[in-house]
Amino acid sequence: MTLQHTPLSYEDRIFKNLDGSGDWSIKGYQERGGYDGLKKILTTDTVEIIDTLKQSALRGRGGAGFPTGLKWSFMPKPTKERPTYLVCNADEGEPGTCKDRDILRNDPHTLVEGMIVGCYTLGAKTGYIYIRGEYYDEANRLQAAIDEAYEAGLLGKDILGTGVCVDLHIHLGAGAYICGEETALLESLEGKKGQPRLKPPFPAGFGLYGMPTTINNVETLAQVPPILKKGVKWWTQFGNPNNHGTKIFSISGSVNKPINIEAPMSITLKELIEHYAGGVIGGWDNLQAVIPGGSSTPMLSAENCQDAVMDFDSLMQYKTGLGTAAIVVMNKDVDLLRVMKRISGFYKHESCGQCSPCREGMGWIYQLMNDIYHGKADISDIDKLEDLTHRIDGHTICAFATGAIWPVQGTIRHFRHLMEQKVQPKKTASKAKTKKSA
Amino acid sequence: MSSVRIVHEPADKVRDIYTWSKSAKAEVKKILAKYPKDQSRSAVIPLLHLAQREFDGWLPTKLMNLVAETLDMPYIRVYEVATFYTMFNLAPVGKYHVQVCTNCACMIRGSDKILEAVEKLTGAKAGESSADEMFTVSEVECLGACVNAPMMQVNDHYYTDLDAESAKEVLTALKEGKTPKVGSQVKEAS
Ligand code: FES
Repeated sequence: MTLQHTPLSYEDRIFKNLDGSGDWSIKGYQERGGYDGLKKILTTDTVEIIDTLKQSALRGRGGAGFPTGLKWSFMPKPTKERPTYLVCNADEGEPGTCKDRDILRNDPHTLVEGMIVGCYTLGAKTGYIYIRGEYYDEANRLQAAIDEAYEAGLLGKDILGTGVCVDLHIHLGAGAYICGEETALLESLEGKKGQPRLKPPFPAGFGLYGMPTTINNVETLAQVPPILKKGVKWWTQFGNPNNHGTKIFSISGSVNKPINIEAPMSITLKELIEHYAGGVIGGWDNLQAVIPGGSSTPMLSAENCQDAVMDFDSLMQYKTGLGTAAIVVMNKDVDLLRVMKRISGFYKHESCGQCSPCREGMGWIYQLMNDIYHGKADISDIDKLEDLTHRIDGHTICAFATGAIWPVQGTIRHFRHLMEQKVQPKKTASKAKTKKSA
Repeated sequence: MSSVRIVHEPADKVRDIYTWSKSAKAEVKKILAKYPKDQSRSAVIPLLHLAQREFDGWLPTKLMNLVAETLDMPYIRVYEVATFYTMFNLAPVGKYHVQVCTNCACMIRGSDKILEAVEKLTGAKAGESSADEMFTVSEVECLGACVNAPMMQVNDHYYTDLDAESAKEVLTALKEGKTPKVGSQVKEAS
């Protein structure tokens, strides 16, 4: 196919060892240009750094897409009584998403350098990296990288003679998807159940241990040093306005070559699948649907996939989002309703149980998805399901419930006909019911 | 989590006393050093991990109490954490805890076959342990290795890019006391 985008050159890639073919250690990272220019950043005025980030329009890579520079600008200056914290969210768990794992195990120093710069900019002497508990090997790899950085004088006291002091600690979670929600993560880091806090107050005012705190995703933090070193112009050449930069896309499911690939933002979905992931199994015409940004994002129909552009703003026209940029491809051989039912089961399992609409609602949704799938529902249950999603949305403390009902709404939007084929027509169903009760 | 986890602690599996070994004590100290002095509660999850690792792979109430006493926390605060997070086993598990991901990306790429192969080889259905207590099999949520689906985790390690055959090979090797290669099971690793 003739490409509409220019693939990233080796130089332009931030995660040069994402595929793990090279050396993950500090030696390999420095040979690839890592830590070059760090000293200069650590002597740059922090206001200037935040300004640069604002101009770059870097948006959070963890799913929400919040502007990073703006987030950082909310942080007050640290005082003796009120120190600030930087926390890295490495609690990757959104089904389909697996980019942070490859950063942690194959290019861990990109994150270490990002944390150093982040801590310096926010005045934090301590940074925590909250990694999902299952990433045990990956956490050990990151710890090895942190140890190397201490050894090289890149962490600890007076980094590279600049007077900057940063300590980094890894904190392993223990298997709870909800801890990817930033305030639940803070609760968990404080040694509690991972249940989200009411906002406001926001973490920048009242975060870890009640102190000003910023929480950023692994990929986001790793992208900060290259932006500062290479400049806004370099970064903004990629992607549409307000969606700039490079991005890791995780392409899984019915493709010939599932892959984590760093590519320019605003690339078309079709090129990602065809050019980087070896194409849809059975050919493009065998495509059924695609989940564009992790299990929470409503799916795209095969027709949408024809020209969908992958960035935060472009996907809104299809009533979906970029999320974590985890693309799950389903070809026509996939039992789509079974996959979506499985995803609803996931949200039922992972609800933290704090808000009734979510705790109870997730169970009902799963039940209805299950009944529809097994032909135990009647046609009115599809409407009931849709109605239920609207009753849950917006009535909970955090965005978990929204993320759980979106895929259900997406399924109804594009594949209602599949559901209708499964369910019983209303008449017979209600007749059967009357008979039973009579 | 939303589902209530009621468990029974088999008396013959609970030790009389739980105390930290010397090396574990050193580890506790190292963990506590990560957090501010007045925030030792932050160490509860790391200490529960450590406890589970040190003693038999699960957390009887007595062991949770040890963690609570170490951190000077009320017992209930430790129980509520231990019951909230799925990685903490509240009942005994086999020597090898085999966790097969059956979420979307793995399902699309054939996790049914992996689970089937695992159940057949171990003789344990998902949620059960094998009679010889060698294996406990669980069906789990996305483990974040979706481009290497299907996959499973056995104790600390990931085994990815599986098919029924290679899944069986990994478990057979473990059963025979060998150390199978961790990570991708494709011969020319991706
Ligand atoms: S869906 Fe199985 S690892 Fe993500």
